[in-house]
Amino acid sequence: MIMIFGIPGPLLFGQLLLGLINGAFYAMLSLGLAVIFGMLNIINFAHGALFMMGSFAAWMLLNYVGIGYFPSLILAPLLVGIIGVVLEKLVISRLYKLDHLYGLLLTFGMSLVIEGLFRNGYGSSGLPYRIPDILQGAVNLGFMYMPIYRGWVVVAALVVCLATWAIIEKTSLGATLRAATENAPLVQAFGVNVPRLVTLTFGGGVALAAFAGVLAAPIYSVNPNMGDNFINTVFAVVVIGGMGSIMGSIISGFGLGVIEGLTKVFYPQASATVVFLVMVIILMVKPRGLFGKTA
Amino acid sequence: MNFTRRTMTLGGFATAAAATVPFRSGRAQAEPTIKIGCLTDMSGPYRDLAGPGAVAAAHMAVDEFASKGFKVEVLVADHLNKPDVGATIARQWFDRDGVDVIVEVANSGVALAVAGVAQEKNKVYLNSGAASSDLTGKSCNANTIHWVYDTYMLAKSTGGAMVKAGGDSWYFITADYAFGHALQRDTTDFITGAGGKVLGSVAYPFPGTSDFSSYLIQAQATGAKVLGIANAGADTISTIKQAKEFGIKMKLAGLLLFISDVHSLGLETAQGIVMTDAFYWDLNDHTRAFSDRYTAKMPGTRPTMVHAGVYSSSLHYLKTVTAMGVAEAKKSGAATISRMKAMPTDDECFGKGSIRIDGRCIHPSYLWEVKKPSESKGPWDYCKLLATTPADEAFRPLDKGGCSLVKA
Repeated sequence: MIMIFGIPGPLLFGQLLLGLINGAFYAMLSLGLAVIFGMLNIINFAHGALFMMGSFAAWMLLNYVGIGYFPSLILAPLLVGIIGVVLEKLVISRLYKLDHLYGLLLTFGMSLVIEGLFRNGYGSSGLPYRIPDILQGAVNLGFMYMPIYRGWVVVAALVVCLATWAIIEKTSLGATLRAATENAPLVQAFGVNVPRLVTLTFGGGVALAAFAGVLAAPIYSVNPNMGDNFINTVFAVVVIGGMGSIMGSIISGFGLGVIEGLTKVFYPQASATVVFLVMVIILMVKPRGLFGKTA
Repeated sequence: MNFTRRTMTLGGFATAAAATVPFRSGRAQAEPTIKIGCLTDMSGPYRDLAGPGAVAAAHMAVDEFASKGFKVEVLVADHLNKPDVGATIARQWFDRDGVDVIVEVANSGVALAVAGVAQEKNKVYLNSGAASSDLTGKSCNANTIHWVYDTYMLAKSTGGAMVKAGGDSWYFITADYAFGHALQRDTTDFITGAGGKVLGSVAYPFPGTSDFSSYLIQAQATGAKVLGIANAGADTISTIKQAKEFGIKMKLAGLLLFISDVHSLGLETAQGIVMTDAFYWDLNDHTRAFSDRYTAKMPGTRPTMVHAGVYSSSLHYLKTVTAMGVAEAKKSGAATISRMKAMPTDDECFGKGSIRIDGRCIHPSYLWEVKKPSESKGPWDYCKLLATTPADEAFRPLDKGGCSLVKA
């Protein structure tokens, strides 16, 4: 058997793959955050709570309405996205002119309220959500037993991430959006409804979080605290990738998933901390993050 | 990022502090008042096995002492699974709010801190949720009673049964704090004592871990027969679910599993798992009567052994206070505890029992198997009894714990 750093090769490959799977969630969540920060300059601390709501939306659609997993992949992000739009219109839009910190405090408070409400309603043990039949089972990769569902998560995450990147960087809608962030009055003068564009962007970012939530539902139990476990790491991912950089958050999301996965083999106690260690080092060398644009 | 982390902690503190404010009434209090502080996990992974249900259970005990010549108030706080937060709240309660007794405290790290504060302030601490057997071992004190279960009891019952069934090589997935380490240590003693081997273990960060797949793959790679799951609550649920997902062939030893965990897992996933609980709602007529009253307060749920423990320990405390008189009971926590130890315990949840000199409450422990979906008559009908360990054998022998209260 091949040994790499004293660890059997197959075990290490398995961990790399698991790291990629977790990285898929980091990438999707940090992507939504990056979109919202890059376009709206809001540090959205409620992102974890919205991710959790995506999961709950899928659970509710199944248990109250009888709508299964695949329709939920579209419907749940839509529903939570609408809630995001309402939140943006009602409260967040009032803070655009103020310092980032106000938005951070507001969204942090919102996440406490949302999570508290769900905890009161559904407890903290989590609710079961079955893996859809077509994605049940596992394939033997030789070095590990790979659940089909986890493979699906990586594929779905990659597709969504790249599509989002393409929309923002390669289409005329994305160009308008980027122009509106640079100089809103000028873009408005061209007849573009900038406030509506901003609201829809926020809704889009939220929908990304909810989509990740639906993907997460069968893996982790649908649990009011599920966003909490991710949000700190995901913020670190965004900072490492460069605040607001779309491609940066995708690459660093997957990358950090892998680094975390390897830490779980070599020194598991540090697996929750290693991401922040990487963040510190990156910020010392490149204060704007790996893919950060200059101010 | 440092800033945001700190904001989180402060936010947490603020929530905890807000929760500790008791319901004060403006009127003068002619009757003497006993204050029970229920310090528990209201928002984290242990909320469902303790949390609001523990508060309801404390109130159930209080309700039985409605007209005994003194008033009883229940205060509630969330320790957020942080020992420093728990110790701060305990200090505030004892110093500022006049709390006489703290009950519950699910989380061994917090419990060890609170036990220290109770001793320092000479108050009473009745633990139900925390598991570490150190509370009646090397960290025992004259102000603490450990009510329901501990890591030794779990290790002996579940661990012993697994080894007997041929599971002689183990791998542990352990929550990296006082409880996880105590549970792994006590179980390891039984495994090696019976001639078995521990092939490895992994300690993961607690709280905040939701993905266990990487540890499960490592465990499987060692070729061990049994996976010792040395964690609790939402973490145990995730570990078991993911073990099924990744087709882990090892036998799962859920060393600490609560009925609320089984409910969340669903019988489809949980069937066949062997677990140890000192209380099960459907054990006998008494436990069913208690559970029905509990369900009236907490609709849609059944009590866990922690909830039963909060009720039972609060009840025994209030009986002792009635016997001693409120003024005497308030004077010295250690004196109250020694009266509690002198009185036999007796209630619907645990039957007749006693409290040892080291603070260990003694009653039988039960080994359960989770039913198949076809065997269950409906929600919460989850367990069938496999074996009973009598009270005098269920816990660590008095002379083996290293407790300083035990005279050699």
